[in-house]
Amino acid sequence: MELLSGGDMLVRALQDEGVDLIFGYPGGSALHIYDAIFRQKSIKHVLVRHEQGATHAADGYARSTGKAGVVLVTSGPGATNAITGIATAYMDSIPMVVISGQVPRDKIGEDAFQETDMVGCSRPIVKHSFLVKNAEEIPAVVKKAFYIANTGRPGPVVIDVPKDVTNPAERYPYHYPEKLRMRSYTPAGKGHSGQIRKAVALLLSARRPVIYAGGGVVQGEGSELLTTLARHLNYPVTNTLMGLGAFPGSDKRFLGMLGMHGTFEANTAMHHADVILAVGARFDDRVTNTPNKFCPGAKIIHIDVDPASISKTIVADIPIVGTVQSVLADMLEAFKSSEEQPDQSAIVDWWRQIEDWRERHGLYTAPRYRTDGALIMPQEVIRAVYDITEGDAYVTSDVGQHQMFAAQYYHFDKPRRWINSGGLGTMGFGLPAALGVKIAHPDKEVVCVTGEGSIQMCIQELSTATQYHLPVKILCLNNQALGMVKQWQEMQYEGRLSNSVYEESLPDFVKLAEAYGHLGVKIERREDLHAKLQEAFAQKDRTVFIDVYVDPSEHVYPMQVMPSGSMRDMWLSKTERT
Amino acid sequence: MRRIISVLMENEPGALSRVVGLFSQRGYNIESLTVAPTEDATLSRLTLVTIGDDHKIEQITKNLNKLIDVVKLVDLTEGSHIERELLLVKVRANGAQRDEVKRSVDIFRGQIVDVTSSMYTVQVAGTGEKLDAFLQALGEHTIMEVVRSGVSGIARGEKILSV
Repeated sequence: MELLSGGDMLVRALQDEGVDLIFGYPGGSALHIYDAIFRQKSIKHVLVRHEQGATHAADGYARSTGKAGVVLVTSGPGATNAITGIATAYMDSIPMVVISGQVPRDKIGEDAFQETDMVGCSRPIVKHSFLVKNAEEIPAVVKKAFYIANTGRPGPVVIDVPKDVTNPAERYPYHYPEKLRMRSYTPAGKGHSGQIRKAVALLLSARRPVIYAGGGVVQGEGSELLTTLARHLNYPVTNTLMGLGAFPGSDKRFLGMLGMHGTFEANTAMHHADVILAVGARFDDRVTNTPNKFCPGAKIIHIDVDPASISKTIVADIPIVGTVQSVLADMLEAFKSSEEQPDQSAIVDWWRQIEDWRERHGLYTAPRYRTDGALIMPQEVIRAVYDITEGDAYVTSDVGQHQMFAAQYYHFDKPRRWINSGGLGTMGFGLPAALGVKIAHPDKEVVCVTGEGSIQMCIQELSTATQYHLPVKILCLNNQALGMVKQWQEMQYEGRLSNSVYEESLPDFVKLAEAYGHLGVKIERREDLHAKLQEAFAQKDRTVFIDVYVDPSEHVYPMQVMPSGSMRDMWLSKTERT
Repeated sequence: MRRIISVLMENEPGALSRVVGLFSQRGYNIESLTVAPTEDATLSRLTLVTIGDDHKIEQITKNLNKLIDVVKLVDLTEGSHIERELLLVKVRANGAQRDEVKRSVDIFRGQIVDVTSSMYTVQVAGTGEKLDAFLQALGEHTIMEVVRSGVSGIARGEKILSV
């Protein structure tokens, strides 16, 4: 058997696992591993400018490909800088393996230089973690880490590797295990056939059904099945923020996103539904509004791969634990072979009702924002970019108003195209995530929708884009304030803008982009919007920072009424309430 | 409601901290917790007592099951079971008190396991309720120090918790 050092073993195990890309940042405790990376060819390493950027880039890579993202950082600050990105991946169930250097075993616990208890720090935000105690266990640990990260409800796994374990002077026999048996970990597979039968019967008897699909459908590769099923039944579909793209955004059965900034038709239909089919969604508080007012007349079917997600906040009438793919396939089979059919007249009435809601306040039946002013409206910027990219771009986003405008106005027809931090709401996510997506899909258009607040949280990654030549488009909806914070302060704090404005301190983003070797475009006048956007997107081979000055007073609507509102209680504009 | 949950988990470093961390992270309550390796050295058995309504207990067991280190678990309070806790207590015992304490110990089927001229160390095993009753019977003025093991439990009859 081949003899390898711990450092070489780790890299070899990654190769054997099929890894070809690592995002990372070197440092003392990780140097043996970095040397092993230098001495091989098949794995490409992308040097980021901050470890948070490495985790977000790996996350973007994972969300857009379905493969686990891999991160390598050093101990101490390297590890703690990765924490925000790990938490982001954890909240959205993204497969990721984070390898962190650690001080040598005999120094652990001595407050050594750059020592942090990484397994302890990351414990509440990982699916699992390992502290490698000797070199011989490296192959098995790597195998387990990827298996755990990728299966069941995916999530991040940390492998903490003490420096002396990777010592190049000590060699051990290397063998990568082909099979894995873990008695304590058996991810869910097929759903219970009796429960599926009950769910099918309930759905067939529905008069006002809604399919509510979340990120689990994207992660679990269930989009095609879901689309077939919804079209077969002709039932309306709403997606969560994480689920956008799970059902085609341009399909007439699509009601738009639901929840806090969901469409009037989606939230109102949910409220009046008699049967809700929840698939790979977790009844997040940004979806349900006040739980005890949630969908009062609805029976709820909940499909999820994670039993702990079921009946956590909203009790399910028919829980089904299983992978989205297998459960939806079984359901579809049952619908096709069933002699019973939905009550067509009830479904027609239901659609008529929904069409009426759409006409009255729907986001897509008429512009629900000003179209006659001098200022550029953020919504029309997203619509313009949708047109220019023919609805086929990978869109990453940061967190705030721009994120909601993008979610509302860019229709995603395919899964894995909309990449944003939904659960944790991490500002700074968008740019590094876009770089991860661009590396995975070099021939595709990748747009990072951001704001002048969020972009400054990971702006250093503009330098990574230069080094690896990653021509992404950065679309900054610049409203010269922390827009979503300001919106809340205006709505709930009588307009006291506590620390949400920059007082003339914003950088010149055009010059900043140029300093990194990129192109900068500033758009201030409404009449220039389309032409300048066209120009910017025509630059296929350059990273372009498009700084669009939008109406700073614009709010995101609809917005559910809080606290104590139901799904259907929404502000539709600054003055109009349902 | 008070529940006794018994958990078989991998005897790995960090496993216990994951269980304890889960409880603090999700705002669950731990009344007592005991843990020790089993006859199979790769497994530990942990018994914890918690309080919550059915919904909360369901979430607790689901989330415990989700931990990678947890192999199996059972809510002992769902069926008939045996619950035991060990109490060690140092009691002041001078003069007439010595006989009086001895009588209480006998009534509760405890044992005096150490003696000095002015003190008894008493061991009592039983349910938490019984130990509470014993301490009450002693009266506060005589108690110098109390240590309780936390609850261990096992199902009655043929039911077993094993891999």
